[in-house]
Amino acid sequence: MAAHAYTPGLRVTRDAVIHKDRRLPLKGQVIVEPGSSVRRDQIVARTELPGEVSTLNLVNRLGVTPQELSRYMLKKEGDPVAVGEALAETRPLIKWFKTTVESPVDGTVESISSVTGQVILRQAPRPVEVLAFIDGQVEEVFAGEGVRIAAQGAYIQGIFGVGGECWGELHLAVGAPDASAAVLGPEARGKIAVVGSLITQETVEAAREVGAVGLIGGGIRDQDLRDLLGYDLGVAITGAEDIGLTVIVTEGFGAIAMARKAFDILQNCAGMTASISGATQIRAGVLRPEIIVPGADGVEEQERERESGGVEGGDVLRVIRMPYFGRIGRVSGLPTELQKVESGAWVRVLEVEFDQGKRVVVPRANVELIEA
Amino acid sequence: MDSKLDIIIATDCGSTTTKAILIERKADGYRQTCRGEAPTTVEAPFEDVTRGVLNAIQEVEELSGRTILDGERIITPADGDTGVDIYISTSSAGGGLQMMVAGVVQTMSGESAQRCALGAGAIVMDTLAANDGRLPHEKIERIRQLRPDMVLLSGGTDGGTVSHVVELAEFIAAADPKPRFGSGFMLPVIYAGNIDAGEEVEGVLGEMSALTITENIRPTMEEENLGPARHVIHDLFLEHVMAQAPGYRKLMGWTGAPIMPTPGAVGQIMQTIARQQEINVVGVDIGGAPTDVFSVFGEVFNRTVSANLGMSYSISNVLAEAGLEQILRWLSFDIEEADLRDRIKNKMIRPTTIPQLLQELQVEQAIAREALRLAFVQHRELAVGLKGVQSERTLADVFEQGASGESLIQMMELDLLVGSGGVLSHAPSRQQSCAMLIDAFQPEGITSLAVDSIFMMPHLGVLSTVDPQAATEVFERDCLVYLGTCAAPVGKGKFGETCARYAVDLPTGRQTGELRIGELVLLPLGEGEMAELSLEPGRQWDVGAGAGQALGTTVRGGVVGLILDGRGRPIDIADDDRLDRLAAWQRALNLYGE
Repeated sequence: MAAHAYTPGLRVTRDAVIHKDRRLPLKGQVIVEPGSSVRRDQIVARTELPGEVSTLNLVNRLGVTPQELSRYMLKKEGDPVAVGEALAETRPLIKWFKTTVESPVDGTVESISSVTGQVILRQAPRPVEVLAFIDGQVEEVFAGEGVRIAAQGAYIQGIFGVGGECWGELHLAVGAPDASAAVLGPEARGKIAVVGSLITQETVEAAREVGAVGLIGGGIRDQDLRDLLGYDLGVAITGAEDIGLTVIVTEGFGAIAMARKAFDILQNCAGMTASISGATQIRAGVLRPEIIVPGADGVEEQERERESGGVEGGDVLRVIRMPYFGRIGRVSGLPTELQKVESGAWVRVLEVEFDQGKRVVVPRANVELIEA
Repeated sequence: MDSKLDIIIATDCGSTTTKAILIERKADGYRQTCRGEAPTTVEAPFEDVTRGVLNAIQEVEELSGRTILDGERIITPADGDTGVDIYISTSSAGGGLQMMVAGVVQTMSGESAQRCALGAGAIVMDTLAANDGRLPHEKIERIRQLRPDMVLLSGGTDGGTVSHVVELAEFIAAADPKPRFGSGFMLPVIYAGNIDAGEEVEGVLGEMSALTITENIRPTMEEENLGPARHVIHDLFLEHVMAQAPGYRKLMGWTGAPIMPTPGAVGQIMQTIARQQEINVVGVDIGGAPTDVFSVFGEVFNRTVSANLGMSYSISNVLAEAGLEQILRWLSFDIEEADLRDRIKNKMIRPTTIPQLLQELQVEQAIAREALRLAFVQHRELAVGLKGVQSERTLADVFEQGASGESLIQMMELDLLVGSGGVLSHAPSRQQSCAMLIDAFQPEGITSLAVDSIFMMPHLGVLSTVDPQAATEVFERDCLVYLGTCAAPVGKGKFGETCARYAVDLPTGRQTGELRIGELVLLPLGEGEMAELSLEPGRQWDVGAGAGQALGTTVRGGVVGLILDGRGRPIDIADDDRLDRLAAWQRALNLYGE
């Protein structure tokens, strides 16, 4: 039989070695040494993106043919030009009829076409810098491309996020994973607030008002996400939203208690500095949002090796689809034969026992393993 | 030509799963006998596509009892219970073939370039045109951002404009785009425009790209010549794109025919079937992220891909594009908007989950109807006659049609509608697949319906390039599951009135009756059975012979039967009694049991 597709559980760990690759979009220069310590806001690599391009069709402006253009050019390919500097001009007998075309930008002349009469000007390159993002050590340098940074600490993958990278002190606004905090006080300023089971539009407004840099919660309603973004999110490719803060949900859409373990770790790390990123990509090569707390003093964990896709009796899991969406239980049975579920589909199932002893059957595709 | 191929193993390396099928020549012809699958291994930690291929073939070995592998080698040719005569493959792993196309006029060479790339199996990331409304620097910035696998540049009829084409070449040169795979390689650019501009284009792009010049895709306004450029795309796909992807160089050494992009292979089989049976075909493959639509009308093949209309990764985009109202109209129960929104988003973030509850299934099938409908709308927009053609119009033309740019998709002329992809192929009942196809595509007149049983169209597409006979036999016998035939009069009228009288000679006896407006009737006509159907439409109604004209035809049965659809076109779902109507239709087709 083919291996069945289990949704791999999100990684939630108290203490692990975290490796982060920090790469430039184009080749450039790495400015830190292997083994050196870096701070989250430190530049580790930089490059220059080619400058923006301006095009000018000079033949129309000068009233000449493309083949004649080179005779009227005052600049040649590769020459620098400044705003207002003459690029080309005609030389009529009567000076009064002279036409001059000036450069609209600072840059260099990239090309002059004798076919189209088009002149392409390239502006100065734009510098791009990559920051370390987490406090740690440079583990490896990818020559001209970037670095791998290693740090010891707590690591939590969220299920979905919006907004880019930021960092700040972790601030617990609730005392339990199923509670929710709609309002935030001024003490959340500059911090990342953990707000429990539901991030509402009201919470986001409050966070913006007090100047919190990030919000972490169990769930968010799609209606509120739409209000937050200003549009209906079609494809889950996020991270570049300009919304003034980063939002990470650990469980899903709707009001859902945060997984106990994730909440406990965050509670344990309260007051420490976390680096978070809302960037999510749900497609082949999935990318989930991250919460990293370097230096968190947790109990060292031996991450359990598991056979690919395997699930065993007693494993703790979360149901991730109706009718038991969000509930946590233990595997109490693994029938091998296909079973018919209410929808009429014949699927592989497993039996789950919830806390109160209630046992239910769910499709294996609808659970994810979590660490106890 | 008598084929020497008795045993064939074929794989399709998809972005998540590699599927292998075994085809054997039996006494009654070619049959698909075994199937295996394994996760695709293009990405880390394996980064070698052949691992997944070997795993999938191993599963076929276990199921068939045939030894196909000798270590990491596929044994050829077949000898007794060992080996196969040929190994062939398609691939869409690593995001498939991603192209950018450019043409001088958006609705002329721009559209031809788009059709050319799509037909070759590519995803078109953007279409650049001299008149696309963007400023030059915006175009350049866009080219740079996209990082396509290759670029197709066209424009100008032969002997026509040179400067506009060269201008586009200059934009591409200024952007200096880098290919997605293999940063040390030059970007493949195909020039298929005005032959007179070839030299100038070479001057601009020759040194900064891997330029191939081929025949013009639009040599004259009246002619589209997509074949040569499509062949170049396939060659470059192998040489530049596939060869850079992990393990493909090795895989290419194993196959007995060139590896094809998956959608290109599906298009190939569609064309083969349409040609051999002389029919018009529409096919759809609804995936997790994209939905592909293929059509062959009057031997003209078209394919479109709607990159963000799918049932998992892009399910939320179906909601965003269709709007909530359009999805809700297919549900026979009330549901709160906020609740539905959260459910759809939860499917998006955990795309591998499946509906356990009947209501959840109905929600997914409602979304599927809208994804299919929207993908088909996009297809109809691109599958059009050539624009810009100056045609002499006779008086008869004025009364028929003939304006350039008219859609080639004439639903009344459609003979066969084929559905594929998880939500259609794996619906708990075939009736549900049938209903989704009819509601989304709204076929007119007489149309046969089928689903691809286990998604083997890609395999058969590439097989049709080496053995068309084998491909067709397997397609007919093992690939297609015929659902039945839909007979749908087109017209408008008052709910409950008669739109057509029917008489049909079923294997169980002759059945006659009146089809009422707003009604669905299912008659028993099983797999392999044929029946004579006579329809007498009302004065305002057309079943294919013209308004009010009677039609007699032979219809094909299937696992669902003969469906008489009196709901009109477009299907009228009245707001006031929507729930009742939907419930009645569901009962008529026995969609969800009692």
